[in-house]
Amino acid sequence: MKGPTPEPRPEPVTTGRDPAGPEPPDGDRTGARKVRLRGVSRPPTRASRLLANRWAGLAGLLVALLAPFVNATPYALSVMTSAAIFVMLAAGLNIVVGYCGLLDLGYAAFFAVGAYTGGVLSTRFDLPLLATVPAVLVVTVVAGVVVGAPTLRLRSDYLAIVTLGFGEIIRITANNLDVTGGPSGVYGIPPLAGDPVAFYYLTVAVVSLAVLGAARLGRSRLGRAWRFVREDEDAAEAMGVHTYRVKLAAYIAGAVWGGLAGVLFAAHLSAISPASFTFLQSALVLMAVVLGGMGSVPGVVVGAVVISLLPEVLRDLADHRFLLFGILLIAVMLLRPQGLWPARSKEALK
Amino acid sequence: MTQLVWNGLFVGSFYALVALGYSMVYGIIKLLNFAHGDLYMLGAFTGFAVLGAVGGVSSSMALPVLLAVLLATMAVTGLAGVVLERVAYRPLRGAPRLSLLITAVGASFALEYGMRAAAGADPRVYPVRLGGTPLEVLGARLTLQQLVLVAVAVALMAGLNLLVTRTREGRAMRAIALDPRTSALMGVDVNAVISRTFFLGSALAGAAGVMAGAYYGKIDFLMGFLIGLKAFTAAVIGGIGNVPGTMLGGLLLGLLESFGTFWLGGQWRDVFAFGVLILFLTVRPTGLLGERVTERV
Repeated sequence: MKGPTPEPRPEPVTTGRDPAGPEPPDGDRTGARKVRLRGVSRPPTRASRLLANRWAGLAGLLVALLAPFVNATPYALSVMTSAAIFVMLAAGLNIVVGYCGLLDLGYAAFFAVGAYTGGVLSTRFDLPLLATVPAVLVVTVVAGVVVGAPTLRLRSDYLAIVTLGFGEIIRITANNLDVTGGPSGVYGIPPLAGDPVAFYYLTVAVVSLAVLGAARLGRSRLGRAWRFVREDEDAAEAMGVHTYRVKLAAYIAGAVWGGLAGVLFAAHLSAISPASFTFLQSALVLMAVVLGGMGSVPGVVVGAVVISLLPEVLRDLADHRFLLFGILLIAVMLLRPQGLWPARSKEALK
Repeated sequence: MTQLVWNGLFVGSFYALVALGYSMVYGIIKLLNFAHGDLYMLGAFTGFAVLGAVGGVSSSMALPVLLAVLLATMAVTGLAGVVLERVAYRPLRGAPRLSLLITAVGASFALEYGMRAAAGADPRVYPVRLGGTPLEVLGARLTLQQLVLVAVAVALMAGLNLLVTRTREGRAMRAIALDPRTSALMGVDVNAVISRTFFLGSALAGAAGVMAGAYYGKIDFLMGFLIGLKAFTAAVIGGIGNVPGTMLGGLLLGLLESFGTFWLGGQWRDVFAFGVLILFLTVRPTGLLGERVTERV
């Protein structure tokens, strides 16, 4: 079978352990599936039914809404706002990595594109930040197409490393250009809301909509196509899914989520600089998605909250945080590839 | 002009050494080993530690001592590569590709920040510095030490090429690259060959790390990140999985960067390199010497 869109083919990889032993003719492929489906094929326990409940989401929102009543110091509000923005980033990356199975290692680039587009336009032309949102949307979509269009035709590994390179390109470019303020960045970005509490609620509202939107997208026709591509791209193409277009759609959706989160970020800090958009930032978002459970919206939200609040809790470990994250990434993939709160597909349970 | 060419070839030989490990591993098990650049970093630090243990080196003995250190470091990074494969990659060989890529990123992080925890965040100054008096050749200034480093790099690459094309081991590697299961049926010990491939690739990266440390004089725990990306670019330019192609790609990338820096200024060098990568992936994703890969379902 040779389709017009070339390359990415899941190779049948041998385990090499038992070359002579009896094996089902398609042993490896089912083995490969098992890893992904492990969380799904088990009968639901009471705990998992509780987690799958739609009230879990509302409870999470309620916690976010009530948090300022518990602790409303400016510092706590700032931390919580950052956590909410991080949740939005994770929800966006989840579309690309979780639903569609494309590894994006330069996600901070879209975050940066959104933040810089908003920041530069609003400071240069004296616009309110809200007025820059249409421009941000256009620019992030263009950025998504520029990176995605050449690489999504290739094997998924290439995408991973090209996105990594793209992340660096954006950061270095922001560092070198005069428009973006060079290493010192853009400052004096107008806020979106008057006081921190109002901005926190605004952020929570936007992020909730974004998370909900990502979840709805995942259940739509397009979302089914994404998961199909993730599980078996060849089968998806044979069934008439235009895999290239579908992957590009996932990539663009991820870019838009990242860009809008960038606008929130710019409004939150009122100053942005290239140092905020390093590879570490991208890796942290990926960590949140992997830890929570790729493709699982509640899992990713929890993962993002954990990852963004962890340094506040474990201050002493701050130096070794990334070492810990690296080991955790390997450990999660080896021991629990479905994440802490795995996605449960309703179709698979029926 | 000749100076630019020489600089390009010099930097390019580093890229080629690192890219070879990338390319070999990719060619055999189709895994992008993100931690490969960090093995280069590990090599630089191991060389640093060994040189520190040896004590002071008189400048006349710098080259022979450095070559001995090079061999020791290659053994250490090679073993590190084998352990990495055994712990992080082999258990996932049947798993979806995404899981492998993610563990590779995790391994890269663990190496970088593990080294930071062990050696500190500040850059270290290499105890041996290859300066030397420059010679004038065709209007380009080059030093004897640079020549030796390039010669070592070329010797390592030539040796690797012989190994892959002429020996039993190399034939086993190529067989696994074509079809791991059939090679296993034909009596190739797949796991052992993959382990040895990791050893070779990681050893080359370690050698490049020591050479870079000795030449540039400064090392830090993040030095592998960028070179890993550059090495991948070099491998893609030449044709990933193809040994002579990767060497060519490394040298070519070095030249491109050298001229790009001259035309555009140093701060755009990395952007230029990645731009070339994206361009190549668009126009000729199989690279200059790569063959069209037949697709099997």
